[in-house]
Amino acid sequence: MLASLKSCAIYGLDSFLVDVEVYISSGLPAFEIVGLPDTAVRESRERVRAAIKNQNFDFPIKRITLNLAPADIKKEGPHFDLPIALGILAATEQVPASALQGYSIVGELSLDGRVRPVNGILPMAIEVKQKGLKGIVVPFENAEEAAVIKGIEVIGVKSLQEAVGFFKGEFKPDDIIPEVMDTVTTEFEGDFSEVKGQEVLKRALEIAAAGHHNLIMVGPPGSGKTMIARRIPTILPSMTFEESLELTKIYSIAGLLSGRSSLIKKRPFRAPHHSITPVGLVGGGRIPKPGEVSLAHHGVLFLDELPEFSKEILELLREPLEEGKITISRMNATVTYPASFMLVGAMNPCPCGYFQDPFHECSCPPHKVHNYLSKISGPLLDRIDMQVGVSPVAFSDLEKANSMDSATIKKRVELARAVQLERYKGLNIFYNSQLTPALINKYCKLGRAEKLLMKEAFQRLKLSARAYNRILKVARTIADLDQSENIKERHLAEALQFRNLDRYFQNIRT
Amino acid sequence: MAELELLVALNMIPYLGPVRIRGLLNCFKTYHDFMNATRNTFLEVPGINQKICNVILESRKKVNPFEEIKKAAELGAKIITFEDKEYPRLLIEIYDPPPVLYALGEVSVLNQESIAIVGTRKPTSYGRKIAEQMAEELAEFNINVVSGLARGIDSYAHRGALKAGGPTTAVLGCGIDIVYPPENYEIMKEIIKAGCVVTSFPIGTRPLSSNFPARNRIISGISRGTVVVEAAEKSGSLITADFALEQGREVFAVPGSIFSPYSRGTHKLIKQGAKLVENVNDILEELNLKKKTDFSMENGSDITSIISTTQEENEVLNLIDYHPVSIELLVQKTGKSPQEINAIITRLQLKDLIVFLPGGYVIKV
Repeated sequence: MLASLKSCAIYGLDSFLVDVEVYISSGLPAFEIVGLPDTAVRESRERVRAAIKNQNFDFPIKRITLNLAPADIKKEGPHFDLPIALGILAATEQVPASALQGYSIVGELSLDGRVRPVNGILPMAIEVKQKGLKGIVVPFENAEEAAVIKGIEVIGVKSLQEAVGFFKGEFKPDDIIPEVMDTVTTEFEGDFSEVKGQEVLKRALEIAAAGHHNLIMVGPPGSGKTMIARRIPTILPSMTFEESLELTKIYSIAGLLSGRSSLIKKRPFRAPHHSITPVGLVGGGRIPKPGEVSLAHHGVLFLDELPEFSKEILELLREPLEEGKITISRMNATVTYPASFMLVGAMNPCPCGYFQDPFHECSCPPHKVHNYLSKISGPLLDRIDMQVGVSPVAFSDLEKANSMDSATIKKRVELARAVQLERYKGLNIFYNSQLTPALINKYCKLGRAEKLLMKEAFQRLKLSARAYNRILKVARTIADLDQSENIKERHLAEALQFRNLDRYFQNIRT
Repeated sequence: MAELELLVALNMIPYLGPVRIRGLLNCFKTYHDFMNATRNTFLEVPGINQKICNVILESRKKVNPFEEIKKAAELGAKIITFEDKEYPRLLIEIYDPPPVLYALGEVSVLNQESIAIVGTRKPTSYGRKIAEQMAEELAEFNINVVSGLARGIDSYAHRGALKAGGPTTAVLGCGIDIVYPPENYEIMKEIIKAGCVVTSFPIGTRPLSSNFPARNRIISGISRGTVVVEAAEKSGSLITADFALEQGREVFAVPGSIFSPYSRGTHKLIKQGAKLVENVNDILEELNLKKKTDFSMENGSDITSIISTTQEENEVLNLIDYHPVSIELLVQKTGKSPQEINAIITRLQLKDLIVFLPGGYVIKV
């Protein structure tokens, strides 16, 4: 007796269809799974046996051979339990085999036959739609996540009985309306208006958000760097459907979509602690999982106390900062996860925090300051467009009542982003921070007055050649925020303020 | 007249300072006598007890003054003893002049009019500017600028003097063959050309922190007066100032903002009676030297009137002072938007009217 049905497996960020084939023959009772199953799949034998019996079906006392095809790719995870159980039931004619055709089935079984939620449902649903199947049978808790994909039938089941009932035509599942959810990590709600003072820093963040520029804040402890950084997502433009889908896929695979969840609408804000491991940051592991850089995709990766991160960790950021994705090669897989994030770093000027502070004495010996800053390598600093010095908030600021709220800033940011999208149509780039030198020449043309200012700035402020393109990119964003077609002198003059710390880093280095 | 080898050897023995060495020199005049002296001879010298006697007997076998003199010659260093004519004449007047000085460069500058400029290793932009400018002006008057080649104010003092073509003297807290801090290698090379580098420590001595007070005493000892530019409440520069007082020399202190932690030390000195220094004339006056007359260019207000500023630039400039103001505060006080303030600050920076400090502060130049 032979039965065959479809299920899904995950590879990297994508899913592929798997044929689950069951053959039951006479012989000594046995239950074998072939087709490169990993431990979790192998163990499903015991769960399936118990679940079938506890849901009052017959478990055949025969020789059962189960194949997962294609047989050359490793299959992971417990989500093959349900298709295996249904396959056995189909092969023993307890469920009509023909009814299973056209559906992909995923789900983990408990010993009593209930169906438990699994990770990676969204990419599976996408694959089911692309391959033109009728629908997907998923655990009830995952149904909303799968229902994000329109045009396929989504059947959420709570138990093996319900799944069998569906294929026999006895059980009709409820319609599922996907509910929009926020990123799991942004349980923190805030607004820029709650931060009193720090108008200069807020302005810098507005520019950074508008042009997707990476930014570093340098200031003494207690100046509010972390507080304001946590509120950056509130001024970032809303995500498009495609961006949401991509981000939800990542969270789905990472198993971070909790409970009844579907599409993530809010941009992520990830703030890993400086004790993070390389795998935690970029992803990987024996069974590859996305890391923090991917979880911050389309959002903000905030690294507080930047020099406290190990040098090794910081250097790992270079590839995703450049490419917008990260490729992880492991023994049995090479996977690529998207990782296009806005890097926001915060740091003290020295270990004690008061280096060159006019009002406090710095207690660090000079070589300590040097060691502290040299953790941030030149190549990394080169990928950060903007630097802002942050001074502590004065008492008078705390009393000030009116401050710009996030919604107003967000509106301006969205307008500036729209200008950029229009300008870079067909160039495969989306924001000013992605401009290449050739494109800078094309889109950041300077007039006579502006050229003069730039020349003067280079001589007086001793800027490096590297800083040149960065200043132009930031000036471009400032002009976009101003809805101005050309970069004007005032835009350039403001942009120059965000390179003031170049000399500070250089002086320390030499 | 004591033999050179004897002085070099005594200088190399630990626990023997200038005072004890002077005592020993009353007993011996040659290296040979010293090497053959018995324990009892040493014990007769005042200030030498059993313990130190043991050290002497132990060390005199190890030290080799002939080798040391050869090494110094290889390095191009001159060894000056306190009986030489080249020995700084002001230094000989102090209570404990070092018996031997190793010197690289032009030793004659040691007997010129000298002023020491010292201060914190972590100066503010204010202190840096003053150290450099004051040293340059002193050097223009052919006054030898003495400092310790340390990071911070010391380095800026040497740089300023070198800008004017010298003379300047660096007093080291380590052997003459060691450059400390290493980043001052270039400056040291230039000082050797335009002035002189000296130390009382034998070749190969590491820059231990315990050496620095002894070094500071030489800095103040060579000089007619010591200028403290910026010093925190507990600063090595205050030790130098104390030495200068003990040695009967002038102490000058440059005032700063009462909010700046790096001016607390100098203010303390002023309270104790140090002479307040605003410009180089305050120093020259004290030394009864000809004063500098042409000060028009240094005067800040004159410069402001020469460089044209727009009305809004002026409005911001008026709020910026000689002590740091945060850019944030400027936004509040003017009621202008951050983008306007940022642009104005860039323009003022380019006109060299203000300087940016890390942490988002600006200060008037």
